[in-house]
Amino acid sequence: MVRRKLVLRFPASAVENPFVYTLAKEYNVVANILKANINPRKEGRLVVELYAEEKDYEAAIDFLQSRGVTILPLAQQIVWVEENCTQCGACTGICPTGALWIKRPEMTVSFDGEKCIVCEHCLKACPARAVEARYLSGE
Amino acid sequence: MAQIRSITDINEKIQKGEAVVVTAEEVISLVEEYGAEETARRVDVVTTGTFGPMCSSGAFLNLGHPTPRMRMSKVYLNGVNAYGGIAAVDVFLGATEIPDTDPANQNYPGSFNYGGAHVIEDLVAGKQVFLEASSYGTDCYPRQKLEAWIKLEDINEAYLFNPRNCYQNYNVAVNLSDRTIYTYMGILKPRLGNANYCSAGQLSPLLNDPLYRTVGVGTKLFLGGDIGYVSWYGTQHNPCGARGENDVPRTPAGTLALIGDLKKMKSKWLRGVSYLGYGVTLQVGVGLPIPVLDVDVLRHAAVKDGDIVAQVVDYSESYPQGIGGSLGEVTYAQLKSGSITVQGKEIPTAPLSSYPKAKEIAETLKQWIIAGDFTLTEPVASLPSADSGKKSKPLKASK
Ligand code: SF4
Ligand code: SF4
Repeated sequence: MVRRKLVLRFPASAVENPFVYTLAKEYNVVANILKANINPRKEGRLVVELYAEEKDYEAAIDFLQSRGVTILPLAQQIVWVEENCTQCGACTGICPTGALWIKRPEMTVSFDGEKCIVCEHCLKACPARAVEARYLSGE
Repeated sequence: MAQIRSITDINEKIQKGEAVVVTAEEVISLVEEYGAEETARRVDVVTTGTFGPMCSSGAFLNLGHPTPRMRMSKVYLNGVNAYGGIAAVDVFLGATEIPDTDPANQNYPGSFNYGGAHVIEDLVAGKQVFLEASSYGTDCYPRQKLEAWIKLEDINEAYLFNPRNCYQNYNVAVNLSDRTIYTYMGILKPRLGNANYCSAGQLSPLLNDPLYRTVGVGTKLFLGGDIGYVSWYGTQHNPCGARGENDVPRTPAGTLALIGDLKKMKSKWLRGVSYLGYGVTLQVGVGLPIPVLDVDVLRHAAVKDGDIVAQVVDYSESYPQGIGGSLGEVTYAQLKSGSITVQGKEIPTAPLSSYPKAKEIAETLKQWIIAGDFTLTEPVASLPSADSGKKSKPLKASK
């Protein structure tokens, strides 16, 4: 099985096709939509996670490309929203790399993006939901 | 113990703009430099602070009478049930309530993204909240259904009433089992993977007045960004457990029931938060002023992290099964260093209660007092203390 996160860019002509349905029905690919930006008759953008057998996955990609869908790899970034952070420190025990860390003795929490490996552990560990994942395509 | 000053003396100085006020952190270095007696002569008030998750919190709301009138029985605010089993349009919105539609831990570990605490935060932030109410209807209250968008300013009365806040000391939570567990003490990794603690230590209100000598029923304090009052001792107030030579409890001990006007509070100091696999709770900011009546009060208020101990407790079995027992004692100085040693293993520590925000509260309260905006109150009744014999009893299940 493969599990990939991708950005799909749809030409205006293809936006109204039921791709998610076709992927599931004809290719046995589970498409989990992480973010959708679709307007009728305009170019659309979907951030998806595809989950399938290797050969089904490849057939599905061929199908999408044949319909004019551009497929881009997904880069993800963790964003620490400082104004939502209550400075509790709960994330620092969970973050495996010290990207979310406590300055001592002040006990203030900060985020060092350089150290972050985007493991996403902090997303749900943060009680105040002050950490967010932002999806950036390789565009 | 000879009294140095009374609360009346302090209030006179506050009104004249002459009161000397320091935080519970600042007083430590003063005592180190000048000694307790000299510091007690110089300092009138010590301010404390804490900003941590306090589940036993909620708000009483009077929603106002619609026409035709209604005796609201089932009430939902943004999909969260508020208890309507009191008078016609009064409800109690509890911090930990979650929507009936939340899958909770059926989808383990549940994420609990929204609940009563978030509704409280949204109301305080001035946001519109969707009210749905139903009733069986009576001759005097005929209306059976109601929907409305409301704001805090539309509500007649809204007051925070927290039955248990400001725990005096708390456990340090660890996990001895082989799987990650999700608790009200946060995420605990297997085999002593981490330790979480939840107290502001040397800044924490009740750790600075360990025997409740100055705090009592009616004490005015900082609550949620405005003023509040101690309305009673809190639920599970347990003053008779083990204490150190400095009178500081070694286990979770005293608690406070607090009350205050929600309409004046700030969402910065009342935050709805979600504990993975556990639920929703309210992060509450509280700051208690301590009048330095004598040298003993000052000595207590000058307690430092290295002199406050907490018990390390296993939350995989010992706590949930009610077995009890401690894996050892550690000081808040050790906890704040970032790691402690338990059963010979060095493990990382993380707080759940914010020390920098606790400091901001103590500092804010200090500024209020210095500016003459906040005077101190004489308690109208004292809280049961170490000599009260008060005990917490377990519940015996019949089934
Ligand atoms: S994504 Fe992982 S590495 Fe990055 S901050 Fe969160 S927990 Fe730390
Ligand atoms: S857990 Fe969230 S709120 Fe707490 S310190 Fe980390 S980022 Fe801030």
